[in-house]
Amino acid sequence: MGGLLDFHFMQNAYAAGTLVALLAGAAGYFVVLRGQSFAAHMLSQVGFPGAAAGALLHVSPVLGLLVFCAAGALAVGGLGRDVDAGDRTQSAAIGSILALALGLGLLFVRLHGGGTQLIYSFLFGAILGITDADVQVTAAVAIAGLAFLAAIGRPLVFASVDPDVADARGVPVRALAMAFLLILAISVAVTVQIVGTLLVFALLVAPGAAALQVTARPVAGVAISVAVAVAVTWAGLALAYFTDLPVGFLVTTLALGAYAAARTARVLVPA
Amino acid sequence: MQELALEITNAAVRLGGRTVWSGVDLRVGSSEFVAILGPNGAGKSTLLKALLGVVPLSEGSIRLFGKPVRRGTDAVGYLPQRRRFDPDLRIRAGDLVRLGLDGDRWGLPLPSAEHGRRVDAVLQMVGASAYRHRPIGELSGGEQQRILIAQALISGPRMLVLDEPLESLDLNNQQAISELIRGICREQGVTVLLVAHDVNPILPFVDRVVYVAGGRVLSGAPQEVIRTDTLTRLYGTPVEVLRTSDGRLVVVGQYEPVSHHPHDH
Repeated sequence: MGGLLDFHFMQNAYAAGTLVALLAGAAGYFVVLRGQSFAAHMLSQVGFPGAAAGALLHVSPVLGLLVFCAAGALAVGGLGRDVDAGDRTQSAAIGSILALALGLGLLFVRLHGGGTQLIYSFLFGAILGITDADVQVTAAVAIAGLAFLAAIGRPLVFASVDPDVADARGVPVRALAMAFLLILAISVAVTVQIVGTLLVFALLVAPGAAALQVTARPVAGVAISVAVAVAVTWAGLALAYFTDLPVGFLVTTLALGAYAAARTARVLVPA
Repeated sequence: MQELALEITNAAVRLGGRTVWSGVDLRVGSSEFVAILGPNGAGKSTLLKALLGVVPLSEGSIRLFGKPVRRGTDAVGYLPQRRRFDPDLRIRAGDLVRLGLDGDRWGLPLPSAEHGRRVDAVLQMVGASAYRHRPIGELSGGEQQRILIAQALISGPRMLVLDEPLESLDLNNQQAISELIRGICREQGVTVLLVAHDVNPILPFVDRVVYVAGGRVLSGAPQEVIRTDTLTRLYGTPVEVLRTSDGRLVVVGQYEPVSHHPHDH
């Protein structure tokens, strides 16, 4: 391993990447189980101006991401309806607002005086430029997110697959939906650091989708999703170090590869 | 006098400014098998949700086994009206059943030997052990219905509240599921309230008929309600009750799409 972890920036990349993969893998299982891929996509786009605002205000981009994504989650939850359910008027409105979010990001970058490099890092990730402070924020967010997810895991599965009965059994279905959106928001915020706002699906959806192809057990599903997310991140970083190809390209390719392999395995070996 | 399973007193429900039904008084004895009939949109599902404590009353009261209704009580098992599960829903049938027991508790859904045994027992009872490890979305309509009945039963309820459990099943499965529910009612003394679109499969073992129409809820013995004149009035469209050569009653008619919204302006 000729010096993969010799440089401090690679140590930070692995530390932050692993923390992000743990949270994104666990949250991603629920994203796929609940059919909330579109919500994840929305929150990541809202994250772009957040990252830019963080840079503009000279605080960390990850703090801007956290604030904007959490605000986005509250707005989505406040709509009171499932954004993935496919309401025509609402999806048109959301599409327009998302375009505005990207436009705002552009404005903030211009005000900040940053050029294409800054935009590039927000859209496609800047894992190799992660600071010690970013690692600390990511660690705090990942631990808090995982702990919260563990605490609501069982009722969240119930509310996700069987909301009517869960409601009758006394599960706070709407409050859980809101809580999960917030977990999703912070997951998106830290994941954007690794793969950027345009590629979050690689870590937030593909591992969960792969896991749900190979198992219908909730605990195993979360474990496989986390394992895939971590493996894809580690391998992507190592390959990027040795080949000089972009991390975002490698992680998305590996993530899609994992999903394709899981899907093929399910077809070839029916349960 | 038999113990009362359900006691509704002068109850009304208002949803979105519209009174769904009002002045409802209803008593159901323990271990009775009750069919709930009525046109679409008359408030049958709302009646079930009111006694689950999911929909609040605007007046009156409901008591279950002598206690005020409380959402999430183990005394009631519920099977909501629904279409089929999404074919892509990847959760094992047995896991879904177990959520009926502990899905409302915080924490991770880790395996538990005791809960596993209860899942085994209830799946055995409904005859669904063979497919407990398969994802729910891959099961047929009849298999899904057995799983959902197992889910409703696993908390050991004294009452089952079933919203159209026979809908979208073929004739054989309608028969089989009806027999299963009858068995649970008779052998374990579980009170059954069942909303039915087509009353024929359950007619042979109904103790009482509740009908919801025109903002009212009334009840009677099957022989009083399952009559040509009563049902025709209730559904607002011609319905005929015939007697077969072996003495069974059969309801024939086009009583589907009539919707009563008597309080609309």
